[in-house]
Amino acid sequence: MLSLLPEVSAAENASELVSFSSCIPTVKLYCRPLIRTFIWNEKTVNMSQPGYVATPPYSQSQPGMGGFSTGLGPPTSSPHYGHYGGPNSLYSAPQSGMLKSTVPFGSSAPVGSPPPGIHLYNQTNLQNGPGTPGHQQHRFQGPSPGSSVPPSYPPYSHQSQPPYANTASPSSTAQLANQLGTMQINSYGPGASPSSRMPSGPPASFQGPPLPPTQPQMAIPPGAQIPPTPANNLNGICTPPSLPPLAMQDGIPGSGPPNANLQQLPGQPPGPGYHPQHVNYGPQMAGSQLSYPGAFPGGPGQLAGPQQKKLDPDSIPSPIQVIENDKASRGGQTYATNIRGQVPPLVTTDCVVQDQGNASPRYIRCTTYCFPASSDMAKQARIPLAAIVTPFAIVPPNETPLYVVNHGETGPIRCNRCKAYMCPFMQFIEGGRKYQCGFCSCVNDVPPFFFQHLDHVGRRVDHYERPELSLGSYEFVATLDYCRNNKPPNPPAYIFMIDVSYSNIKSGLVKLICDELKTLLDKLPREEQEEASPIRVGFVTYNKVLHFFNVKSNLAQPQMMVVSDVGEVFVPLLDGFLVNFQESRSVISNLLDQIPEMFADTNESETVFAPVILAGMEALKAAECAGKLFIFHSSLPTAEAPGKLKNRDDKKLVNTDKEKTLFQPQVNFYETLARDCVANGCCVNLFLFPNQYVDIASMGLVTMYTGGTLYKYNNFQVHSDSPQFLSDLRKDIEKRTGFDAIMRVRTSTGFRATDFFGGIYMNNTTDVEMAAIDCNKAVTVEFKHDDKLNEDTGALIQCAVLYTTISGQRRLRIHNIGLNCSSQLADVYKSCETDALINFFAKSAFKAILTQPLKTVREILMNQTAHMLACYRKNCASPSAVSQLILPDAMKVLPVYMNCLLKSCVLVGRPEIPTDERAYHRQLIMSMDVANTQLFFYPQLLPIHNMDVKSDAFPTSVRCSEERLSEGGVFFLANGLNMFLWLGVSAPPEVIQGIFNVPSFAHISTEATQLPELDNPYSKKLRSIMKYSQSQKPYSMKLIIVKQREQPEMLFRQFLVEDKSIYGGASYVDFLCCVHREICQLLN
Amino acid sequence: MATYLEFIQQNEERDGVRFSWNVWPSSRLEATRMVVPLACLLTPLKERPDLPPVQYEPVLCSRPTCKAVLNPLCQVDYRAKLWACNFCFQRNQFPPAYAGISEVNQPAELMPQFSTIDYIVQRGPQTPLIFLYVVDTCLEEEDLQALKESLQMSLSLLPPDALVGLITFGRMVQVHELSCEGISKSYVFRGTKDLTAKQIQDMLGLTKPAVPVQQGRPLQPQEQPVISSRFLQPIHKIDMNLTDLLGELQRDPWPVTQGKRPLRSTGVALSIAVGLLEGTFPNTGARIMLFTGGPPTQGPGMVVGDELKTPIRSWHDIEKDNARFMKKATKHYETLANRTAANGHCIDIYACALDQTGLLEMKCCTNLTGGHMVMGDSFNTSLFKQTFQRVFSKDFNGEFRMAFGASLDVKTSRELKIGGAIGPCISLNAKGPYVSENELGIGGTCQWKICSLDPNTTLAIYFEVVNQHNAPIPQGGRGAVQFITQYQHSSMQKRIRVTTIARNWADAQNQLQHIEAAFDQEAAAVLMARLGVYRAETEEGPDVLRWLDRQLIRLCQKFGQYNKDDPNSFRLSDSFSLYPQFMFHLRRSPFLQVFNNSPDESSYYRHHFARQDLTQSLIMIQPILYSYSFYGPPEPVLLDSSSILADRILLMDSFFQIVIYLGETIAQWRKAGYQDMPEYENFKHLLQAPLDDAQEILQTRFPMPRYINTEHGSSQARFLLSKVNPSQTHNNLYAWGQESGSPILTDDVSLQVFMDHLKKLAVSSAA
Repeated sequence: MLSLLPEVSAAENASELVSFSSCIPTVKLYCRPLIRTFIWNEKTVNMSQPGYVATPPYSQSQPGMGGFSTGLGPPTSSPHYGHYGGPNSLYSAPQSGMLKSTVPFGSSAPVGSPPPGIHLYNQTNLQNGPGTPGHQQHRFQGPSPGSSVPPSYPPYSHQSQPPYANTASPSSTAQLANQLGTMQINSYGPGASPSSRMPSGPPASFQGPPLPPTQPQMAIPPGAQIPPTPANNLNGICTPPSLPPLAMQDGIPGSGPPNANLQQLPGQPPGPGYHPQHVNYGPQMAGSQLSYPGAFPGGPGQLAGPQQKKLDPDSIPSPIQVIENDKASRGGQTYATNIRGQVPPLVTTDCVVQDQGNASPRYIRCTTYCFPASSDMAKQARIPLAAIVTPFAIVPPNETPLYVVNHGETGPIRCNRCKAYMCPFMQFIEGGRKYQCGFCSCVNDVPPFFFQHLDHVGRRVDHYERPELSLGSYEFVATLDYCRNNKPPNPPAYIFMIDVSYSNIKSGLVKLICDELKTLLDKLPREEQEEASPIRVGFVTYNKVLHFFNVKSNLAQPQMMVVSDVGEVFVPLLDGFLVNFQESRSVISNLLDQIPEMFADTNESETVFAPVILAGMEALKAAECAGKLFIFHSSLPTAEAPGKLKNRDDKKLVNTDKEKTLFQPQVNFYETLARDCVANGCCVNLFLFPNQYVDIASMGLVTMYTGGTLYKYNNFQVHSDSPQFLSDLRKDIEKRTGFDAIMRVRTSTGFRATDFFGGIYMNNTTDVEMAAIDCNKAVTVEFKHDDKLNEDTGALIQCAVLYTTISGQRRLRIHNIGLNCSSQLADVYKSCETDALINFFAKSAFKAILTQPLKTVREILMNQTAHMLACYRKNCASPSAVSQLILPDAMKVLPVYMNCLLKSCVLVGRPEIPTDERAYHRQLIMSMDVANTQLFFYPQLLPIHNMDVKSDAFPTSVRCSEERLSEGGVFFLANGLNMFLWLGVSAPPEVIQGIFNVPSFAHISTEATQLPELDNPYSKKLRSIMKYSQSQKPYSMKLIIVKQREQPEMLFRQFLVEDKSIYGGASYVDFLCCVHREICQLLN
Repeated sequence: MATYLEFIQQNEERDGVRFSWNVWPSSRLEATRMVVPLACLLTPLKERPDLPPVQYEPVLCSRPTCKAVLNPLCQVDYRAKLWACNFCFQRNQFPPAYAGISEVNQPAELMPQFSTIDYIVQRGPQTPLIFLYVVDTCLEEEDLQALKESLQMSLSLLPPDALVGLITFGRMVQVHELSCEGISKSYVFRGTKDLTAKQIQDMLGLTKPAVPVQQGRPLQPQEQPVISSRFLQPIHKIDMNLTDLLGELQRDPWPVTQGKRPLRSTGVALSIAVGLLEGTFPNTGARIMLFTGGPPTQGPGMVVGDELKTPIRSWHDIEKDNARFMKKATKHYETLANRTAANGHCIDIYACALDQTGLLEMKCCTNLTGGHMVMGDSFNTSLFKQTFQRVFSKDFNGEFRMAFGASLDVKTSRELKIGGAIGPCISLNAKGPYVSENELGIGGTCQWKICSLDPNTTLAIYFEVVNQHNAPIPQGGRGAVQFITQYQHSSMQKRIRVTTIARNWADAQNQLQHIEAAFDQEAAAVLMARLGVYRAETEEGPDVLRWLDRQLIRLCQKFGQYNKDDPNSFRLSDSFSLYPQFMFHLRRSPFLQVFNNSPDESSYYRHHFARQDLTQSLIMIQPILYSYSFYGPPEPVLLDSSSILADRILLMDSFFQIVIYLGETIAQWRKAGYQDMPEYENFKHLLQAPLDDAQEILQTRFPMPRYINTEHGSSQARFLLSKVNPSQTHNNLYAWGQESGSPILTDDVSLQVFMDHLKKLAVSSAA
């Protein structure tokens, strides 16, 4: 008996252990977050609490607010005060140098300034603009800060510009004033404001409301100046002489930081440790709005002069300025997502995102972070409500990857009614026994294994230990219920399908691909902890018939199986077709050696296409796995087979109602095929090497619907184009991808997702199906109101993607984001994001051209732009002369971007533009994320000749206009698809020598597509710039070297998007006039 | 005088012909009363080591409707250099080459001993033989290995310039390209889709590129082989390649789930094989050799679904009209067989599986094209291996015992017409003056195509006497029949074998005894059996039996000697005496009885019965039983249960089986090991003797028979017991009361009972 006792107790212990470990999810969850927490602690050293959400106030607000809490962090500097490009603006140094350079102006300079600025502006307005009464802001300002109008201020308000220019203040206002000075606008207060605050010490700034006015406006002087020319030519028939003088008042363009603060509205639960005093200032920011201070003291007579002058481009809102400002104010900082509805930094701004309850902007960006509370309001503003979701976006290594949550056999916990997944929006009640769904308000029981007590504020005590309670983005392990046929999925497979028709053999492409694959397949994506990639590979070559290859590892030689029944194609083998590369390495390399030889003397020039996709799909189906097809194709598939295409390119259709047919597939077969592919998790990546029309609208359709990527290399030449192609291929193969995915967007009550754009397939109205989705693919989701939205609860969005990982695990990736709601239109306007808007407009327009004439689509875009701005003018802006163009701050650059969209070759029907090119661009844009659309529509133009080769910093971009080029300059331009190096005729020889290793301009060969690797600072720096602009981009860019005044310059000029384009697109200035006219008409 | 027996034997040896009647009734009416039709068994390529072929063209009768070949029966005017056709009486000039002929300088074809003569003619290009292997890969590993080895072995047996091709099939059908270096290449077809010959040729890239005709220059005839060369290659070129390829053949890689049959696309595979040859080598000697290890389970020609729970059709299902796929499949294979035959190719089927493989549906492929049908349990048995090896056996000249693309032309004297033929042939639909309207077998023609034949291939040809009763044939008149067989010899030569025979006419009314004496009951039995089996293919079994019975009774009535209604008085002459016994065994044979046989087995047996020569056919009808004992030398004994004695060893040869049966005592002795004791060496010899004899049979027969070595009381003894006449059964065991024999547990009637009934019916006046 005695001896038994210990055993018994031991057994008891054991059973405890068992019961403990049996609830695996809990245990797991318990452990993992702890580890992570530790990491985070390391990163955010000054966090006061171990919980990662509990960011200490200072550290948090510091990055988030762009340095307003000056006591703790390095101050940010004036650069976030707008300066609209131009030579003077060069001052705004690259980020790294920025901090130092701004110090002389007083670190606190920006901090304190805004409120006085506002005040100042009001003052100014009162002084100068009879039409701008001071009370205009009362709505927004609420309790006006009124506090610190520095006594030193008034003098500045009347000061003329020269002093400011001399101060080298980068403030745009100063420059603006400069410009405007010529227009005899003398009372320009705002420009002074920044400098006025420079002297004011840090404490003052701290005291002052940290928010600069968020909505600078531009005003165009009274309507008299509007030319009588017939209105609204979208393509910019506006003639420069008729331009109204554009006046601009933009006190403090840097809108980022204010918004960050603004989010912390008193109505919301304050973030931990939030400074109470900020609360007061928040609201007033929203309303701060500055109309151009009349500037008309001189009266009409004085205006006559400027009227005839060409509008100075520097005086109109500059995208570069906006980008640089945002960089300056928010770049390099930590952006925490703990506040509902806060507007994230721009896509062009580098910062560290810390997930604190809302999805990172890398995953979700919205057109506005504050939804109108009612549908009437929404209709009034006509601001599209949309989110651009990039569910698989790459996060930089210094941000935390997504946690994986396992809720055990029962699968993820979901709301019983709306099926939303457990997320931070769920409210735990009744001591933690129940939770209320944030989306549908249904009260659900908490499953026993998930139960946890609540603390004194009603929060679960394990709040910070569970990603699904505290993070915006995380993953669930999916159970068998979430799998196809309730069977665990197999790892996906990649099938390489190479067109071996005459042209591809002759061009050497086949050999190039085969050689590359030999090494490339070692780099197939794998899970971090795995040795080898679980992805299996298969090979097919084809011309008029298909050749499958058996590369089973035990074969001495690969075996070729010809399927000539292209009418009803099928997979001739299962075992041995899809193999593990490592195991079959020798057979595969044998095969890849032989393929070019095998077809060396082919004379088959006809190809099939649809059967190739079909075969790949069938192969994946037979292998019961999802996967990607890599198709290397070069010609129009004219061979007799399903999906046969004929050359239907008809330039006569351009600009007619039938133009849309050019974007539609030629035969229905492809749509059916796409549907089947999606149903079987077959993603089609298409590499096209056309020498002539290949009907991309038809051929690319399957690629688009299946979430694949389309690459196109016109007139492919092995020697010049292979680096670009190989880089694309490498990137694509190594890309992280989710397979066989289905996305569902759930929203809180009152609104819902109504439309989806992207490389997706929709079988019904709610399920977004994607055969695969990779890190570069974004889905744009449009929302519409169902009902009134509750301003307290906000608008919540949960985007759940069910997918298969590369190792064949089924996962659910959840992104949650909460947006604000407001019944004030101004709130909505203030929270808009232009880049996201353009992404949405582009996608919806490009979708619409399938059904509507291009002209209509363009008009709709134009109308909507005007409408949005007019609505703002009408409802939010201070009353001013109707002829003033007033732009909300957040949409300051909307016109220029919109103009770029309208000028894009897709929307401009000109017979000179190849139909394929238009279809190609259309397709690319459809699945692009915000960062890429931004770059695509407004290319990056960097001056190279005067860059500082000693520093690592990048040169500051200049605006895409010919005026910014100079004969003595060298400029680099990239838009994500194309890359140019423009050389002025009198470019500095030392730069030329440095880059090209040739003595002079005349010696430079424009044939090269790569720069020589030279060991000198110019070459190194330029190449590092090129490398950087290439990184993280979905497409590799081929470098085109353009010499000034040579023929290829025409091509380059198309990318100078602020200029009038050769295809008839309006210049920025012209467009602005058009928009203005439209607005005026609307207002009247 | 030489007996008729000797005459018959002589004739058979010289001409390969055996007639049911060797004296022919001279009028249609009399002939029909003879019951057994005037018919013959013709072995067109009977081996004649003593017959050297002549190297010139035969001389033909110039009458366009006749074109009979000059033969020893023709009247020749040596001076005028004229000859008269003995069929149409046309007088023909000898060709110039014959200028020197005279009574003493006769060409071979005029000499009586050359009633059968082979001509070698030089016509057209010589095309090599073609062997297209069509291999099922849905086999067990062991089977596939054995098959691969057999196939590799067979490559060494082929003539070096023969073209070979390889098609493998399972769920898909692969046509292997043999020409390519390095990587092995094959064209794959879906196993479920029936393709037309045109489609197949398109997909294989066999369609001739449209060669622009250059200013009236004729196209190069050489082009054809070039096109096809990818799939059919001379064996000497790709011997190694093909050996490797066969060695690397894998089992069909598609997974077969539990409870399913593998998906086997035999129908499409055959269709592609046929289409391939059709497009490339029409009218050239070619063998499609199908090796299959199970029933076709998908696509056109499927015989059974892939669900294992639904068994393959049995005779029971067929009678109940329950065989879902049979009709469609049969139609598919018939279409294929007809196309193949039209192209002069042949299809062999080597089916090795424990279950049925669909031979019933596929039988026409072999039957219409003269191909072989081999059925075994596994490719890993000596039965298959030996049989397959024997396909490539060579004759005394070292040439293959196979000929291709033969056409058989039959000419008859005016008094005769041709009713039809039964054998591995198809009609060429040559209407001529000799064609009867009454068809027996494949009729309505005087020409048949035999796509493949070997020296044993024997056709039954049925004639009709059309001479009217009122137009008597003058005394001493002879009827003549000429068989002209043109074929491609295995040495690629074109040859023509001409056999001309003549028989006397006799008036059945006053010379019945002549006719009776010239009755060849063996030939008659086989000829009647062929008719019966031919009918059994299309008619219900019992009907055929009834028909056979009625014929037998009528024959007995006609030729028996009896008093009316007195069975005991019934007697048959010697020349008829065995005939009823043959019929008795025929009735019990698997050719007509489907009980205990699967439809495949029946098809298999019938296939062989319809092509073997007389001796072999007789063995099939009535197996031979030899007895070995200490009492004397081995002797044939009655195929009767009374022959099964304890102290005997029996050797039974039923063509398909060789059974060695040890009597009870012998078996006990052997068990006791006496054979190993030196003092009982004689016992050892006794045991050895039947084994040696069996080996001798096994060595020569095609297909190799199933070899069964059994003993009293063993289960395998059933093969013997089922064949012997059940003279002693559990019903009459005691009635016989003798110590001899062993009883058979059966309700089948014994020969005795059968004969009693026959007598009764024959003498009955009511009948």
